[in-house]
Amino acid sequence: MIVSVASGKGGTGKTTVAASLATIWDRPLVAVDLDVEEPNLHLFLHPEIEGGETGHMEVPVVDELRCTFCCACSDLCQFKAIAVMGKLVLTFPEMCHGCGGCIAVCPEKALSPGKRELGEMSWGRAGAADFLMGRLRIGEAMSPPFMRMVKSKLAEMIAASARDAIVDAPPGVSCPAVTAVMDSDVIVLVTEPTPFGFYDFQLAWEAFVPLGKPMGAVINRAGLGNDDIYRFCGDKGLPVLVEIPFDRAIAEAYSRGRVIAEISQQLKETFVSLQGKIRELAERCDAGEAVHA
Amino acid sequence: MSKIAITSEGPGLDDLMDPRFGRAAGFVVVDLETMSTGYIDNGQSQIMAQGAGIQAAQLIARAGVTCLLTGYVGPKAFQALSAAGIGIGQNLEGLTVREAVERFRNGSVQMATGPNREAGR
Repeated sequence: MIVSVASGKGGTGKTTVAASLATIWDRPLVAVDLDVEEPNLHLFLHPEIEGGETGHMEVPVVDELRCTFCCACSDLCQFKAIAVMGKLVLTFPEMCHGCGGCIAVCPEKALSPGKRELGEMSWGRAGAADFLMGRLRIGEAMSPPFMRMVKSKLAEMIAASARDAIVDAPPGVSCPAVTAVMDSDVIVLVTEPTPFGFYDFQLAWEAFVPLGKPMGAVINRAGLGNDDIYRFCGDKGLPVLVEIPFDRAIAEAYSRGRVIAEISQQLKETFVSLQGKIRELAERCDAGEAVHA
Repeated sequence: MSKIAITSEGPGLDDLMDPRFGRAAGFVVVDLETMSTGYIDNGQSQIMAQGAGIQAAQLIARAGVTCLLTGYVGPKAFQALSAAGIGIGQNLEGLTVREAVERFRNGSVQMATGPNREAGR
């Protein structure tokens, strides 16, 4: 079972929840940081890194001696990553989406695959769990292709020995967030009962509902704000799985890099209960019950 | 050899210049010898997420112009225009196409040596 911990708004507590779940999870697990633009799960889980790999995207390299300036490549490219200007072929590797179309369509075989570095993947052990993370190269604008590489590595790890995965997803509701959650079995939306939290929570719900995955909400900083989120969840049939109280002790522990499931028995029980409810959600869906119709 | 392109909001000499290059409404192409004009519509650029400047550079290069008069040019468009050997007169704004051409003819438009706008703007 793959569980994605996502949110609309940033800073609502995805990593807090993902790290705590990873710590109390009672089955074989890999904890995955898919927020490749700003990974931080490792700051809480302190993994021992055992291996790594650099991810690349295929970009075209031009052999100017073979090019006849026919423009087949630049006519095909939807992103203007390759342009024929008079007797010069220009490439803009940072704009390339790596589809390989230009290389395939060139009648003179004047284009060959080169590489653009996307980021660094690393893996290891964090306590009883396995750990996997991606870190996007500074300056790289496209995270989904790199996230897909991290996800392939995850699939490889799960194929090698069956285990669950807790995925710390990026914030927002655009391509990176959707890429992170789209092949998970359960989506946990972490939110807070503030106006910003509520607004972005609605966006996240709208973005993820079409994926047809079982979803539930975790309300962090419960006690702040008003009850708009609770009403919204009630209307949409979205279960509120657990609440995490708005408590100074939690903020202090977080700022010291501690996993909050480890600071009190009560919080530990909150996350054990969350684990149970996530499993119930997944099982209910397996039993064929319609999700959020 | 004497054709220039001016970013424009419309097809004629009396239309206002469009200060944008990649996402300009269009380009008035002026033959400096005969003062005859043509127009290249650039409406397609409005739907592009990226690469509008590069596409615009390709469009005017294919029209055989030797010089561009516009407001702002980003780094990728600048590179593409330079590769095609097209001179760039930039920082022109609030003029009609005709006024821009006159400034160019009397030598008061300086050719740019670098882009004057960030990518994607």
